[in-house]
Amino acid sequence: MPMITYREALHQALREEMSRDERVVVFGEDVVAYGGAYGVTSGLAKDFGDHRIMDTPIAEGVIGGAAVGAAMGGLRPVAELMTINFALLASDALINHAAKVLHMFGGQMSVPLVVRMVGGGGAQLASTHSQSFEVMFAHVPGLKVVTPATPADAKGLLKSAIRDDDPVLCIEHALLYRVRGEVPEGEFLVSLGKAEVKREGKDITLVAYSRMTLVALEAADRLREEGIEAEVVDLRSLRPLDMETVLASVRKTNRAVTIEETWRTYGIGAEVASRIQEEAFDYLDAPIQRVAGVEVPIPYAKHLEQAAIPDAKRVVEAVKQLLVRTGG
Amino acid sequence: MVSEVVMPKMGYDMTEGTIVRWVKQEGDEVKHGEVIAEIETTKVTVEVEAYGSGVLRKIMVSEGQTVPVGEVIAVIAGRDEAIPGIEEKSAPAVTEAPRPAASSAEAAVGAKEEPGPRVAASPVARQIARQQGVDLKLIRGTGPGGRIIKEDVEAFLKKRPAEVPRPAPVPTAAAPAAAPLEIPHEERDLSRIRQTIARRMAESKRVAPHFYVTSDINMTEVLKLRQSLNALVEERGKISVTDMLVKAAAKTLREFPEVNASFAEGKLRVYQRINIGIAVALDQGLVTPVIADCDTKPLSQIAHEAKEMVERARTGRLRPEDFTPGTFTISNLGMFDVEEFVAVINPPEAAILAVGSVTARPVVVDGEVKAADRMKVTLSADHRVLDGAVAARFLQRFKLFLEQPLHLVS
Repeated sequence: MPMITYREALHQALREEMSRDERVVVFGEDVVAYGGAYGVTSGLAKDFGDHRIMDTPIAEGVIGGAAVGAAMGGLRPVAELMTINFALLASDALINHAAKVLHMFGGQMSVPLVVRMVGGGGAQLASTHSQSFEVMFAHVPGLKVVTPATPADAKGLLKSAIRDDDPVLCIEHALLYRVRGEVPEGEFLVSLGKAEVKREGKDITLVAYSRMTLVALEAADRLREEGIEAEVVDLRSLRPLDMETVLASVRKTNRAVTIEETWRTYGIGAEVASRIQEEAFDYLDAPIQRVAGVEVPIPYAKHLEQAAIPDAKRVVEAVKQLLVRTGG
Repeated sequence: MVSEVVMPKMGYDMTEGTIVRWVKQEGDEVKHGEVIAEIETTKVTVEVEAYGSGVLRKIMVSEGQTVPVGEVIAVIAGRDEAIPGIEEKSAPAVTEAPRPAASSAEAAVGAKEEPGPRVAASPVARQIARQQGVDLKLIRGTGPGGRIIKEDVEAFLKKRPAEVPRPAPVPTAAAPAAAPLEIPHEERDLSRIRQTIARRMAESKRVAPHFYVTSDINMTEVLKLRQSLNALVEERGKISVTDMLVKAAAKTLREFPEVNASFAEGKLRVYQRINIGIAVALDQGLVTPVIADCDTKPLSQIAHEAKEMVERARTGRLRPEDFTPGTFTISNLGMFDVEEFVAVINPPEAAILAVGSVTARPVVVDGEVKAADRMKVTLSADHRVLDGAVAARFLQRFKLFLEQPLHLVS
């Protein structure tokens, strides 16, 4: 299987879906000549022409609105937002329109749009450009939210998102575009709403998504050196949320730590932990721990930014705190 | 002065104890040396004395609860003395789960659950305990804050002898009918002492390869000596046959240090003290209080200590010092008219002496059949520690001390 980058995997998904279905169109800021802020759409204009891919003004409200209109009009738009931080400007279109149309108009039309956006911090882009707002969107019924952590999932999830009849937000991570991984060539789909066990273990379940999946895997490597076998569950989709995979793992390990890059309060970890205790209470051997971002605006200074974002060390510490033994 | 009362350690294998009864209550005046509580170990019930004088200000562990050795169980201090931090402390095994103010509905449910203080246990530990019919109060938690976790329950189940009766699991609709061939029976819970005996004796037979050597001893002289000695003293000071056996064994052990030993982690541990346990049968089971340094104590002192100790054992009032680790054990069933028997070694000791009754039997002396007072003893020995010839020589020497009993008072 070819080893390609996360960026190339996303590009492959777009290219394949544009070839497969001529209703698929791409637009966003600087996606044509510049190839998008992270180079994902590079070269698509040459092969598909300017009626399938177009630049927009620097106006996210327009991008969101255009995507909703295009989808309602019968196209399958894949809009790109330079970062999730600017999605706040597009959120009226996404939350008040995309998520509501099917429901409010008696199922007369769906809104099969995809909005790709870049989330996460760690690149010293300061407080307003380093946020992870996936929780806000995953909160909204009517939207689907996917957060690929690996190149294969990036391809498989984006392809499935484009084919899905509901609005899907594909939230990529700024630090993952250069990460390489094995990606199947050609037709390869990852179902929306299916988590994956990225690594098996018997002692504790680490629940993560997006880049934190890689952090969890690194933590699992370190824990193995100390004889602790951690199982890593990558949620992949935040809505719909695949609790079955999480619960099956927790029933096996009896312990869980959730890991998210964004702030702890009202976060994904809170939701997952709550669902675990609701649905697998009798399998728990310890309280569920949450590892999450520090509750501050993400600092610009490098050492402060790193202190604000979870890393493998913090995950290892949280796991050990759960496994601490007294006496014996 | 603030004085903490801790769960005492009585005997080398004691890891925890249960508060049976608080003799003194919070607010009572206590004097140094006064009995304030009774605790139950895996072996017996013993009294705990106050190490300081003052007021029993705080009882940390309530009756029926089990805590590890060394855990603070109470605090003695002046009536108005400040006790820093004590209000927040509680025994780890029995931490009360913090609860938000309960609504009336919650309170009703809570009341049904479990009376008394709540044992801290994880949900999965509770589930397994429920399915297996295990009382969580019997399990020591090793999780954070002493919480009972799954591994603790599993370890407890593994340790639990197979024959321990289990309370029937909660019946379900699909529960199969009882096996038709089963004999009607009553299932009884094991007392702690029974559990300990079951565990230790099974362990002894499993790890220590036992062999047995029997000797037939002429008791005529030793009985005569006993009679003469007892004629000199009042009832309280009288010497029993067992006392003389203890003394004889102590003298013999002095000459055979390899019998006064243990097999420990691939090495021999040869003890420098001779502490002899006397097996005492109680209604609840067997206990073995120990007389320390039998080789250095005169017969009269051994007799005195043994008498008091056996009395304490029978009344369930053994003291910590009665559980000095033993190095050898004597089990005498002579009073039950048992001619001879073999005993199971009391681990980690290397040998145990089983004593039968003294009976007049015909023996051949100088070619003539005569009646003589004879007694059979059987030494059970751990073959990892010593061999048959050593055991045989040991008994030979033991026999000599009894047949020429002036050795015992020399």
